[in-house]
Amino acid sequence: MTSVMIDTGNYIAAKAAVMARPDVVAAYPITPQTTLVEGIAKYLDTGEFQGEYICVESEHSAMVACIGASATGVRTFTGTSSHGLLLMHEMLHWAALARLPVIMCNINRVVGPGWNIWADENDSISQRDTGWIQFYCSSNQEIFDTVIQAFKLGEHEKVSLPVMISYNAFILSHTSMPVFVPEQKEIDDFLPKRNPKWKLEVENPITFGNIILPHEYEKVRKEMQEAQGNAKKLIPEIAKEWKKKFGRYHGDFFEYYKCDNADYILLSMGAIGAESKVAIDNLQKNGQNVGLARARTLRPFPTDEVLKLSKQADLIVIDRNISVGNEGVLFNEVKGALYGKSDSKIHGFIAGLGGKDVTFGDIEKMCNKAIEGKAYDHQIWYGLEEM
Amino acid sequence: MAIKDLPIEECYIPGSAACPGCPATMAMRTVFKAIGKKMIMVVPACCTAVIESLHPKTSFDIPTMNIAFEAAAAGASGVEAGLRKQGKTDITVVAWAGDGGTYDIGIQALSGALERQTNFIYICYNNEIYSNTGIQRSGATPYAAWTTTTVGGKTEFRKEMGEIIMSHHIPYAAQTCVSYPEDLYNKVKKAKSIKGPKYIEIMAPCPPGWRFGMERTVEMGTMAVETGAWALYEYENEKMMFNGKSKLILEGKIERKPIEEWIKYQGRFRHLFIPKKDVNRIKAIEEHIDQKWERYRSCYL
Repeated sequence: MTSVMIDTGNYIAAKAAVMARPDVVAAYPITPQTTLVEGIAKYLDTGEFQGEYICVESEHSAMVACIGASATGVRTFTGTSSHGLLLMHEMLHWAALARLPVIMCNINRVVGPGWNIWADENDSISQRDTGWIQFYCSSNQEIFDTVIQAFKLGEHEKVSLPVMISYNAFILSHTSMPVFVPEQKEIDDFLPKRNPKWKLEVENPITFGNIILPHEYEKVRKEMQEAQGNAKKLIPEIAKEWKKKFGRYHGDFFEYYKCDNADYILLSMGAIGAESKVAIDNLQKNGQNVGLARARTLRPFPTDEVLKLSKQADLIVIDRNISVGNEGVLFNEVKGALYGKSDSKIHGFIAGLGGKDVTFGDIEKMCNKAIEGKAYDHQIWYGLEEM
Repeated sequence: MAIKDLPIEECYIPGSAACPGCPATMAMRTVFKAIGKKMIMVVPACCTAVIESLHPKTSFDIPTMNIAFEAAAAGASGVEAGLRKQGKTDITVVAWAGDGGTYDIGIQALSGALERQTNFIYICYNNEIYSNTGIQRSGATPYAAWTTTTVGGKTEFRKEMGEIIMSHHIPYAAQTCVSYPEDLYNKVKKAKSIKGPKYIEIMAPCPPGWRFGMERTVEMGTMAVETGAWALYEYENEKMMFNGKSKLILEGKIERKPIEEWIKYQGRFRHLFIPKKDVNRIKAIEEHIDQKWERYRSCYL
């Protein structure tokens, strides 16, 4: 029997992580992730979490300990945010190159200076090239469902890559919502035990990660790329399986909302993605033919799906991040996906950095400007630039 | 345990890429013998990451995981937890790191793992330099020693890692030296039998790093002990016990040899003798060693 749990994104993530039965969790507290690690500690205390919980002395060591544990063949989980994620950076590469499916929640938070704990996606966006699969969630239910699915995806023999599930600071991490939680047995049936490709075992004394020459190393990178390609095939399959079993579906690479016959399609992620639905309702009510494609994965990047959208409509992209010196990353990558294959116009906005609130009203304004053709030649900083 | 009685089985197998006279490999061979095949080793960036040979080959007959420079102890924590969860509690987890990875970049993760009472053996082979990157100063480099980043000789004294370790009050810590394989063997064997965090540091004179002939590795280690520059001891259940010649020096039964007897054979101290003897700096080294032994005597005699 499915039950309903009303709780914050972090506690929901803790619940999902524990229900996935990780063998080892290693974590270090950082605002706004703290209630996630506290949640797991509570489950350890009640006996609901039966794994090993290593309270390490830094986020760097959290990722290293997950790597070490994962290398023995077991299931691992951690969570972090912002500076914690950045401190892990070296080991994010390491986990991915070692092909160890560590699963991690990242609570999207501003990077300092100055100190600011609100929502901003630059932390995880800046880890885009580490080889991790990246999901972005827009509700607590999606956090729960994605965490469980992430284990299945990352640990799949054709993937063997770590997975990061990101959600916005406070807007999701500290906001309570009702979430459907299946029974443990149903989760167990959905998520088989991890069956690793390689592991540290005395019966098979291999040396892992020693010096590797260029021609061999290049193959390792190519295999990672192929694994991301395999993830592209598996993400829709796993999402469909989840839907069949539990009746819930958040989309695969995108969640499409009122896109049928739309002349414009808005692309946004995370909490802005959720807020966008209200904006779309209002815009359509007012006769603007705008639909929404809320991006759920940044890696693997859904190139084909973006191209398909562009064949139908002009695109409007809102980024809660900026690759300084160039553009918002979603905007930039969407353009890259379309290069030479589509004549669709792409309108771009930067909005909500530093945790600045982005309301449906703001989103409507941005969409209207785009429709007026005023955000085409460059990405507009919403609220900072004249439109 | 006499050398002739050490186990014959070798886990350090042919194919190593070590320099001739390498102390790390000598020590490792003994460590493998003391622990046996039921071990998993975690190796951060250090000479051993080269010594172990190139992918897809290996010169170790035990499962080994390489990890980032600062990460040995945290990696071992993860491996230990993973094994424990699987009920594989008869496997010894060893972190094997150099002095750079221990004294400097890895000290945070090491301190954390000790404080968490991680059940593992952390072994530091101390050659007093960043040797893998080509002889740069570390926190373990002694005063006045030349390195490529202390061209005129290091201007600071080394930190006392042993004392830092003991301040964690772990069940077992020891200092040994590659020149005394029985001492090394016995200490590793004892560490293996104790639950909780164990720390063993091995003095490992490095021929290319210290600038001495490859045939003198053992002699340089012996002299480090006999001059008192290095002490052999065990710290067990809050008690310190000095071993071998270090015990005799502590108890005043023998005089430690003058430091000159040791440093004059090492090119890294050549500038203290040529073109002119640097009496002041040699005296400063002597005084620093005297101070250390006075501290040992006041605390442990």
